[in-house]
Amino acid sequence: MIEADRLTKYYDKHTAIRNVSFTVEKGEIVGFLGPNGAGKTTTMRILTGCLPPSSGTARVAGFDVLTDSLQMRRRIGYLPENVPLYTDMKVTDYLAFVAEVKGVDRGRRRQRIGEIMDKCGVAKVRQTLIGALSRGYRQRVGIAQALLNDPEVLIMDEPTIGLDPRQIVEIRQLIKELAGQSTVILSTHILPEVSMLCHRVIIINNGQIVAVDTPENLTAGLQSSTKLRIRVEGPVNQVGMALTQLPGVLRVVAEDEAHLPAGQAGAQAGETTHSFVVESERHCDLRREASRLIVERGWGLLELRPADMSLEEIFVRLVTKEAQEARA
Amino acid sequence: MNILAIFKREWRAYFASPIAYVVLTIFALISGYFFYSLLAFFSLSSLQATTNPGFGQGLNASEWIVRPLFRDIAITMLLLMPAATMRLFSEEKKTGTIELLFSYPIRDWELLLGKFLAALALYSAMLGISLLDIAMLGSLVTLEWGLILSGYLGLLLLGMAFLGLGILASSLTENQVVAAVGAFGVLLLLWVIGWSTEAAGPTLGPILSHLSIINHYDSFAKGTIESRDVVFYLNFTLLCLFLTLRSLESKRWRG
Repeated sequence: MIEADRLTKYYDKHTAIRNVSFTVEKGEIVGFLGPNGAGKTTTMRILTGCLPPSSGTARVAGFDVLTDSLQMRRRIGYLPENVPLYTDMKVTDYLAFVAEVKGVDRGRRRQRIGEIMDKCGVAKVRQTLIGALSRGYRQRVGIAQALLNDPEVLIMDEPTIGLDPRQIVEIRQLIKELAGQSTVILSTHILPEVSMLCHRVIIINNGQIVAVDTPENLTAGLQSSTKLRIRVEGPVNQVGMALTQLPGVLRVVAEDEAHLPAGQAGAQAGETTHSFVVESERHCDLRREASRLIVERGWGLLELRPADMSLEEIFVRLVTKEAQEARA
Repeated sequence: MNILAIFKREWRAYFASPIAYVVLTIFALISGYFFYSLLAFFSLSSLQATTNPGFGQGLNASEWIVRPLFRDIAITMLLLMPAATMRLFSEEKKTGTIELLFSYPIRDWELLLGKFLAALALYSAMLGISLLDIAMLGSLVTLEWGLILSGYLGLLLLGMAFLGLGILASSLTENQVVAAVGAFGVLLLLWVIGWSTEAAGPTLGPILSHLSIINHYDSFAKGTIESRDVVFYLNFTLLCLFLTLRSLESKRWRG
């Protein structure tokens, strides 16, 4: 559905993106992840025909963004970053305008606008001026205008930015519902959003793609060891020693208790609680052994969970690795 | 179809903001005042003609009222039209809505033409207001309707040139004030350039006279429609619209 081939864009001498290539299959939701200024918006603008690339080609919904721009634009929906809408129009009037320029059949227009307003939850505010809408409603109107023409490809630049937590959940739900019908590409710098919504992640930094994979693979692939986080009520040294002796353990790190109300919880129990991060060989699951050990010794097992590397950590690692390589 | 959609949106936007009301009201006031003072002077002269028969020979409402009125309308338009065109593109650039427009299946020229026609419709509505004065005058005295028709045609063509330049200015900046002042400044310069033709010498004089945006209006005022003047206005407008298209294109290229 989307094929980007060595896209490069210069602004004067500054390179916004360099040799960006990727493909997105039909029905996929792909997340575009990167720090501000990494080139996410530039790439999206190229894919929507708003901006021609300096070199490279891109095909969206089977049409080249430069040579078949008009055909391509009939088949996409775009939600730009700051949701620029005509503030002097009422919601229905605005959607009617968009439906007309997007070429929705005259006979189907009214019905289609009604459907979309219900789907995006803006039916209540249909007669309100867009300028008077809250941020959340504006975002929904933005999504509504993108969806009006039943786009094959939906391109959304930071669709949940500036929304409150409840609105974020609603918008995410809406995007999830689109999966399968439309191909969705969305940019974000909120990492949990990516793991929640996207089938695949494209990490971009300094205008170049750093990694393309599923969120799970990215999490697993970069980990050289398996980590367990254990919180135990017991003498710190003995517990640490015991854990180190478990088979397959590489090292045990006792974590600082700063985040724990040590004085309270520990004092009440008569002993202090400590957190340990047990690092073991890759694919070595120590949960059973560790819990048995702690219980047998008569200590209190308060918490035991796998400490996977979060996408944040992966992201930071990829981005910093990139920077180091560039320097070297 | 896209042109119509853009036209409707722009037309509505004129009336969603105070711009259309302000421009129409001010125009009605100013042109009404010009009409009143010309009419008052004409009736005073007519009164004098009754006591001095020789004086009354050149008295003719078309020459004494309509022609100067059209000239005054042209000046009023010069002042007002930049305000009607200033937001057409600059506002879209400032708020970012142009990015969405660019992602819709609309060709640039359809977008441009829709906006141009909306501005032309507003301009025509203003001319329509002045037609009320003329119609009232026509019910009192006999008028040369051919002269009036050619005068309106001239005003329409002149207005298209004003609007073309105004839209071009609007496409070049994000700032509406800059767009308005820029358009007004260039139009005024093109207007007054005709005043210095005699002093400019035999080579430069005719060139300046040809460039003057108002000199080409004279033939329409006299009731003779000359094709070279029609062509001047159409060419001027088309050049402005063409440059606007280029400017939109470069906006795409530069982001």
